Amino acid sequence: MERNITCIICPRGCPLICEIKCGKVYVWGNTCPKGEQYGKDECLSPMRSVTSVLRISNRDDTMVSVKTSVPVSKYRIFDVMQKIRFGEVAAPVKIGDVLIKDVFGADIIATKEIN
Amino acid sequence: MINHDIVVVGGGPAGMAAAIAAYDNGVRDVVILDREKNLGGILQQCIHNGFGLHKFGEELTGPEYANIYSKKVAERGIEVYNETTVTDISKEKIITATNSNGILKIKAKAVILAMGCRERSRGALNIAGTRPAGIYSAGTAQKLINCEGYSVGERVVILGSGDIGLIMARRMTLEGAKVEAVCELMSYSGGLTRNIVQCLNDFNIPLYLSTTVVEIHGEERLEGVTVAKVDSKNQILEDTKRYIPCDTLLLSVGLIPENELTRSIGIELNNITNGAEVNQNRQSNIDGVFACGNVLHVHDLVDYVSDESEIAGKSAAKYVNGQLSGGKEIDVKAENGIRYVLPQKINLENTEDIALLMRVDKPYDRVQITVKAGEVILANVKRIRAVPGEMEKIIIKKEGLVNICDSITVGLEEI
Ligand SMILES: Cc1cc2nc3c(=O)[nH]c(=O)nc-3n(C[C@H](O)[C@H](O)[C@H](O)COP(=O)(O)OP(=O)(O)OC[C@H]3O[C@@H](n4cnc5c(N)ncnc54)[C@H](O)[C@@H]3O)c2cc1C
Ligand code: SF4
Repeated sequence: MERNITCIICPRGCPLICEIKCGKVYVWGNTCPKGEQYGKDECLSPMRSVTSVLRISNRDDTMVSVKTSVPVSKYRIFDVMQKIRFGEVAAPVKIGDVLIKDVFGADIIATKEIN
Repeated sequence: MINHDIVVVGGGPAGMAAAIAAYDNGVRDVVILDREKNLGGILQQCIHNGFGLHKFGEELTGPEYANIYSKKVAERGIEVYNETTVTDISKEKIITATNSNGILKIKAKAVILAMGCRERSRGALNIAGTRPAGIYSAGTAQKLINCEGYSVGERVVILGSGDIGLIMARRMTLEGAKVEAVCELMSYSGGLTRNIVQCLNDFNIPLYLSTTVVEIHGEERLEGVTVAKVDSKNQILEDTKRYIPCDTLLLSVGLIPENELTRSIGIELNNITNGAEVNQNRQSNIDGVFACGNVLHVHDLVDYVSDESEIAGKSAAKYVNGQLSGGKEIDVKAENGIRYVLPQKINLENTEDIALLMRVDKPYDRVQITVKAGEVILANVKRIRAVPGEMEKIIIKKEGLVNICDSITVGLEEI
């Protein structure tokens, strides 16, 4: 199966064609080796950081912004969101605090300070 | 009347970096005025990551990036007047502001303008139809969702494919909404490729180019929009009209530098950047008034905002200390394929190497951008691809700036 992927490693944005055949990924259209690696990673295990917000239980209309401590599988983004959506924490919160532990291999950590 | 050496108007990334640089260059009496409760400006609502790659070598979220600077502001004891809105600045550098204590008047030796920009509204667009609820500018929706925790809508159409529109397409999707379409009037997206891939392609959100919203439907709440393709002259192609049901329309159709105060000082605005014209020190045509960040020209990367603001802060400190005086100024002009260049002027007195920031007027493959003084080439760079959404930066060496009589031009050639 062939897949069209745009390389995002540099602003040139080469259109890549990736094909998985006999357990190997072949990449065309890349101008440099970084594009080949990107194409392979995107086919085999695309990873994304997820950012969102969590409600602060003891403050009105206040949200703390959060991110995954490491990128998670692209196919788990909505599962991660599900965990975040129903989470709630109490202020004070500091940047880097772990708010939810171990969600599909990542922790959900605070990116904003709420006093 | 209170006196301060340097007053910074706006406490976003631009204002914070400028204040810190002014302090670090020897002026202790620096204050920041901001109408919000917290420092950080627009970054407080930009919870996605992608900030700081150039400056810190890592991908930070907006609030994290802002925090690095607000800590530095606090460490230096720089005074911040928050929830304070500046309403007027006079030529004599008297700043009028209001807050819960009433009206404040501050006389400054130097002023740094860092008010950022605001979003173009529906009014500026002239779309036909009703005026139902459910139409937001993308930034307003971003603030409601990310800072206040409101849910904005379930079926969404986004007009405008700049970075803010793209980021919001993903954000709404993650919040459980269905983004039916992102429509873009131009034949290309002004957003970063990375955002097209990670905000649209990842979620199979369709991007319709050369397409716009022509009519809005619904009485109390938005029920749908009519979209249509446009030709190369932006004329609507009637037979391509189609209806998309939705309860939310986000407008992401451009940012306008917030320059009412700049005008009140008597500074003329450049009609392409909609900001003040400045020299390399980010000083405007009025001595002691500096500008930086989005109020000067719209930036796509906050890293460049910080760099530029450090220049403004340092220059303001020099001005206060009497080290920035007179000198001949020449013009920097944009030509062939370059929409604008900033700074628009170069002061030839004691100059250092200068970074020229510019945008091309449309997407190009393989170009050469050349900076010239008459026939003499001061700098040139080649690019495999240049797009309006990504600011180009070219450094000219101070050695090249001697013996210039007239002006400097920056132009592009396809190669
Ligand atoms: C949705 C969105 C996504 C973005 N994504 C990215 C990204 O992924 N990566 C990246 O590097 N950059 C990104 N940017 C760009 C970056 O955030 C901006 O370039 C940067 O925030 C501009 O900084 P600023 O200080 O000039 O303006 P702002 O952040 O807008 O700050 C201006 C400040 O001035 C204050 N102010 C204005 N008028 C007055 C007044 N009259 N009195 C008192 N205070 C006043 C405001 O309250 C505000 O705090 C994004 C921007 C937006 C809007
Ligand atoms: S393949 Fe290489 S040149 Fe092309 S976009 Fe990727 S990193 Fe850039």
